[in-house]
Amino acid sequence: MNELPETGLILNLALAVGFLLVTVAVLLSLWRLLIGPDQPDRILALDTLYVNTVALLVLLDIKLASSLYFEAALLIALFGFVGTVALAKFLTRGDIIE
Amino acid sequence: MTTELTTLLVEIFVALLILIGAGFTLLGSFGLVRLRDLYERLHTPTKATTLGVGSLLIASAVFFTWREPGVSLHEVLVAVFLFITAPVSAHLIAKAALHQRSPSRSGLPPETLLEKHDGHGAKPRPDAETKQKPSQPG
Repeated sequence: MNELPETGLILNLALAVGFLLVTVAVLLSLWRLLIGPDQPDRILALDTLYVNTVALLVLLDIKLASSLYFEAALLIALFGFVGTVALAKFLTRGDIIE
Repeated sequence: MTTELTTLLVEIFVALLILIGAGFTLLGSFGLVRLRDLYERLHTPTKATTLGVGSLLIASAVFFTWREPGVSLHEVLVAVFLFITAPVSAHLIAKAALHQRSPSRSGLPPETLLEKHDGHGAKPRPDAETKQKPSQPG
């Protein structure tokens, strides 16, 4: 395992707390995705889930001090939005491409 | 001496932004679980979560601008994209929910208004109770 690049104590502590909070947020939106009583609830939970994933990737980038995962974050944001639009349009019109 | 002070200040600033951002992200998902109907639940992921991720991206931009030579602009790209798309997806989800007549605690708009926005090719859900009233004989 590579040794992590040195960041200060304050930043490491804040990163640990940030990882904890965002992970709890992911679990909460996963819970809404499971129990969501209706289909729009589940679409909304998926929307929240991908935004939370972008937050996790940004935190990982700061932790590793490398901008390796920004493309992944950008792609997740892009395809998450496309997925949300496709699902909502399917519910509204009964078809995606008319 | 001055560089150590600068390092400490930048780290405190980035740490504050990370804490604020993660807190707002958690608040958004907490509201998603806690609030009572879909139209209330639409508020927190679109506002609190977007603000939280924006704060995290600002923290990342400050951190990489400080650590590496040159200004780091990837984060601004992600932030702009998220800030543009969040209201659009919320609008589409709200339209889908209204089309399905998803129940609301404060009552839905009148059915004539909803039918006007349903469009031509779309049919309301068959168990919407307003359609069954006129078909009763007698």
